[in-house]
Amino acid sequence: MDQSTATSPITDLPARSRSTSEADTARGDDRRSRDAGALVSVDRVSQRFDAPSGPVEVLSDISLTVQPGEFRVLVGPSGSGKTTLLRIVAGLDRPSSGTVSAQTSHGRPAHGAMVPQGRSVFPWLTARDNVAYGLKLRGVPRRERRARAEALLAAVGLDGSAALYPRQLSEGMRQRVAIARSLAVDPDILLMDEPFSALDEQTRLLLQEELLRIWHDTAKTILFVTHSLDEALVLSDRISVMGTRPGRIVATIDVPFERPRSIITVRTDPRYGPLYQRLWHHLREQAPRPHDPADARELSR
Amino acid sequence: MTTARRRPGEFLLSLAAPLVLLATWEWLARADIINPVYWPPPTAVLETARDQIVNGTLVADTRISLFRVLTGFVLGAVPGVVLGLAMGLFWPVRLLLMPIASAVYAVPKIALVPLALITFGLGETSKLFLVAISIVFVVVLSTMGGVLSLDPAYRDVARDFRASRWQVFTTVALPGTLPAIFTGFRLALGFALVVIVGTEFVSPGDGGIGDLIWESWQVLRIRVMFVGLVVTGLMGWGLTAALDLIERLVVPWEARR
Repeated sequence: MDQSTATSPITDLPARSRSTSEADTARGDDRRSRDAGALVSVDRVSQRFDAPSGPVEVLSDISLTVQPGEFRVLVGPSGSGKTTLLRIVAGLDRPSSGTVSAQTSHGRPAHGAMVPQGRSVFPWLTARDNVAYGLKLRGVPRRERRARAEALLAAVGLDGSAALYPRQLSEGMRQRVAIARSLAVDPDILLMDEPFSALDEQTRLLLQEELLRIWHDTAKTILFVTHSLDEALVLSDRISVMGTRPGRIVATIDVPFERPRSIITVRTDPRYGPLYQRLWHHLREQAPRPHDPADARELSR
Repeated sequence: MTTARRRPGEFLLSLAAPLVLLATWEWLARADIINPVYWPPPTAVLETARDQIVNGTLVADTRISLFRVLTGFVLGAVPGVVLGLAMGLFWPVRLLLMPIASAVYAVPKIALVPLALITFGLGETSKLFLVAISIVFVVVLSTMGGVLSLDPAYRDVARDFRASRWQVFTTVALPGTLPAIFTGFRLALGFALVVIVGTEFVSPGDGGIGDLIWESWQVLRIRVMFVGLVVTGLMGWGLTAALDLIERLVVPWEARR
């Protein structure tokens, strides 16, 4: 590896030099699915389940691409199929139709790692063994995986807690363990499913800052699911807004804030308000049609 | 691990109630307020216990009962865990065995004594069978419940890390179910003690603490009967303490009460 390149303590991958994304707004699904440079291409994916009342379409004709190093957020109300889409990208579920391909720039298949909520941390393993879990499955020797796990725990600020069990950790600490556990297998893309939704406000803010730092240091690609508009804006390069019944992408919005960024600075940026409003506008359209004529008038404006 | 230290007074406090009870009993018996023939004072029971230990009968009977409880426990618990895991992991197995498990679980196991005697005769086999059959479904249902109540998020994580089915079993299903398995063991231990003493009641001459209690009652050696009761209690207490210790070693991540 090039000596002059700054390397991250976690993965030995070159740290990125970031430029903010190009133009603005692509309305609807971004149809650049066969984009050669994309790390993940989701091409016209639909998902249907058979319910007693008949088939239910959970996802309808989803297409999106995620570029290497991109921080992409899927935002939408519950029932918009965000998690379903993430599970399909992770390979945990198979779509009813459509394809997902993931490939690095070297042409090798990209692999993702899910980062679920902190409650997914195994209660029967210590923080260290939780982080080393993926390495153990891969047959990495004990000493090596311990060393790596401890380095990762230090990277997420849990140096002193390696030997503790999850029930001895706070929810925020468990979430850090979950992030370190996914980073341990050095995935090309982190698939994060509302990882911070169970946290209190301060802890969430701290972990968001931390995640941005880790993302910047490791040059990982992140696909992040949330229902929080604020979280979507402060973290992402680009936001896919999802709608309900059936789950689909209703808008794709570029987020112009500079990198590296501080969350507080983003919130006080003059562009934050209008962007928030635009996101809300898209989501508001998804809400069940109100019968109140005043409300309906407001919508039609 | 950080467990709450006990305050020094707690131990004394937990000792107070039994001591007061024994002292009252002693006084009531010595003052002839209760009939000391049927309610011998605790000191007299203690004396009888010493004699019984010295002449070797008490140790022999205790050892016989302990052997039956422990062997029967293993004979019931091992298949119980295996069946419970299978029923939890595979729904066809669950559907197949659930009716039998629920039905046998509901039968008071003492009612099976005649059946065991007919099938296995009067010897040790019928006793071990009774202990085993009385606990197997307790362990089955508890284990199965443990598997079914595991958070699916754990399995998703394992699968996301490309764990094989066997690895999912050994690294998620099994450790995740251990606390429930031990809950089953704890219940099973109580059942096993009830059943072995009851079985020994109806097996005169085969030894064991139940035999001791029943026989001494029939010849009105009430003090010996009381010794038998005390030993039964101590046996239950000791076995539970041993199980707790094992659980702490095997399931170190669970909060201890």
